[in-house]
Amino acid sequence: MPQTAVTPAIEIDNLRFKWRPNLPEVLHIPGLEVARSEHIFIRGASGSGKSTLLALLAGVNLPTSGKVKILGETISALSGSKRDHFRSDHIGFVFQLFNLIPYLSVLENVTLPCRFSDIRKHKATTSSESLDEEAMRLLGHLGMADDDLVHRPVTELSVGQQQRVATARALIGAPEIIIADEPTSALDSDTQEAFIRLLFQECEESGSTLLFVSHDRRLESQFERHIAMDDINQPGET
Amino acid sequence: MPILSLALKSLLNRRFTVSLILLSIALSVSLLLGVERLRVESRNSFANTISGTDLVVGARSGAINLLLYSVFRIGDATNNISWKSYQRFVKHKLVDWTIPISLGDSHRGYRVMGTNQDYFRHYRYANKRNLAFHQGRSFDHTYHAVLGYEVAQKLNYRIGQKIVIAHGAGETSFVLHDDKPFEVVGILTPTGTPVDRTIHVPLEGIEAIHSDWVAGRQVPGRQISAEQALKQDLTPKVITAFLVGLKSKIATFRVQREINEYRKEPLLAILPGVALQQLWDLMSVAENALLVVTVLVIAVGLIGMLTVMLAGLNERRREMAILRSVGARPGHILFLIIGESLLLSMIGVAIGLLLLYGGLLLAQPWVESQFGLYLPISLPSPREWFMLGLVGTSGLLIGLIPGYRAYRYSLADGMSIRI
Repeated sequence: MPQTAVTPAIEIDNLRFKWRPNLPEVLHIPGLEVARSEHIFIRGASGSGKSTLLALLAGVNLPTSGKVKILGETISALSGSKRDHFRSDHIGFVFQLFNLIPYLSVLENVTLPCRFSDIRKHKATTSSESLDEEAMRLLGHLGMADDDLVHRPVTELSVGQQQRVATARALIGAPEIIIADEPTSALDSDTQEAFIRLLFQECEESGSTLLFVSHDRRLESQFERHIAMDDINQPGET
Repeated sequence: MPILSLALKSLLNRRFTVSLILLSIALSVSLLLGVERLRVESRNSFANTISGTDLVVGARSGAINLLLYSVFRIGDATNNISWKSYQRFVKHKLVDWTIPISLGDSHRGYRVMGTNQDYFRHYRYANKRNLAFHQGRSFDHTYHAVLGYEVAQKLNYRIGQKIVIAHGAGETSFVLHDDKPFEVVGILTPTGTPVDRTIHVPLEGIEAIHSDWVAGRQVPGRQISAEQALKQDLTPKVITAFLVGLKSKIATFRVQREINEYRKEPLLAILPGVALQQLWDLMSVAENALLVVTVLVIAVGLIGMLTVMLAGLNERRREMAILRSVGARPGHILFLIIGESLLLSMIGVAIGLLLLYGGLLLAQPWVESQFGLYLPISLPSPREWFMLGLVGTSGLLIGLIPGYRAYRYSLADGMSIRI
């Protein structure tokens, strides 16, 4: 697909955001471009606007002005339900903590995005025989393919195990973009590194773009490109 | 539908709370249906008290009063009918049969009714069912008695036993016809009607025990023994009421008018079906009150469900944010919550039905023996299905409230996880 080769994963053009018209601007990013398959580290303390940025990238919130393009698609031009579809088809998420649905098994948690996205379901079943098999393959790469673990209630897993299950869920159906929001902050430093290595490996294998958001400077060095929120975000400036 | 299976799993995850809600819905559903069954069946059994009788005739009073004392053995007649007038209508060319009824005495709280063989031949109840003998036979002697089923059961009477009839209708009477005891010769099968609570004796028996009575008391010094009484003319002078079967239904109103306009004595003829309906309508207030209470019980059950769902919603904001992040749209969240309430009310209704049938199986013999009310274990009637549908729909509609809130939450929260 020649088109995918040229369109970057993420393009931001003079993005501004206010929660309400009478509230001060929380986000103003004049420009940002992330290439496909790039692994990028975004550093920011809490309150630096990184959560807002992620919500805008995901199309959950809409920019007050400016443009966000994901995979060449202008997110703000899509209808609400189209944005939801677009997100579930193309973006996988890993959050800081408590990523899993407590009443679903490990396997059900991993295959959850395929319930909402036909594209990801299709991709998952093309790379393996069945959804469960693909989930097991991904869990295997993350060192979680243990039969006993997989059938345990997710609430009994350790935090590190939960984050790996969440990662497998973000990766299933090979979405073009993986957004990881402080995925390692609940892990100790040894597991942090191992976790990031696994994440890199899997993103490389599926060719996904990785957006890794954290306040933790120590992790920065593992990434080829890092951005500080404070550098790109200039709220209130015209 | 993937959302419904999510809803089911989410409910299973909250087994304890969910089973409590289910219990309250199920109980209220079984109560609603139970009350409905009881209402329909008591109405049927009420309408079944008398059947095949075209007219009930008594001294002129009110229609309901006449029905009460002649059919239900409740209350007393204001006046009697002379034997002559009765005979006049027995011989009427349009009359097929008649049953004379003579009331006024009792035995340990049960009414004693004087009648004749025509009673066993022509009296019908329910769907034109004839009386039948559980034990023994009909009376063929002045001092014979035939007991209703309940009388025999409650008082533990057997064939061959002697019973003494008391004067008047009270539970305890100090004036006994103890000089002329009656022998039990038959016990009727249960009917679920006031017949079960009646002691039947020949008209001549009633006449005999009162042969030495004048104006409601035994005349001192003029006692007539049981044997002597038999030698007298025991043709009754008066009866309390009589039932009429006509040769043709078409003549009903004509004969009724003729009786009502009878010159020699003020009489009243009523159509039992119409009077039964009027009597039942008197009780419809209680019936409606019962219905209102059960509807309120259902409302309480459903509001309980609403409370639990709303209370749980805040804890579940995280769950919804996660679902949103994996691609669930706000509409999915709405359906998840509505699906849960739909599942809850449907499973509640199903368990309620099971409870109802379980309860019916257990209660059926007891209700029949205690109240003479037969509760059939049949599939729900269209009206009951409608009620069940209404419960399900209300559950669905109530689910809209937490569903809408969850929808608003998921729009506002997006994927950000709020604890």
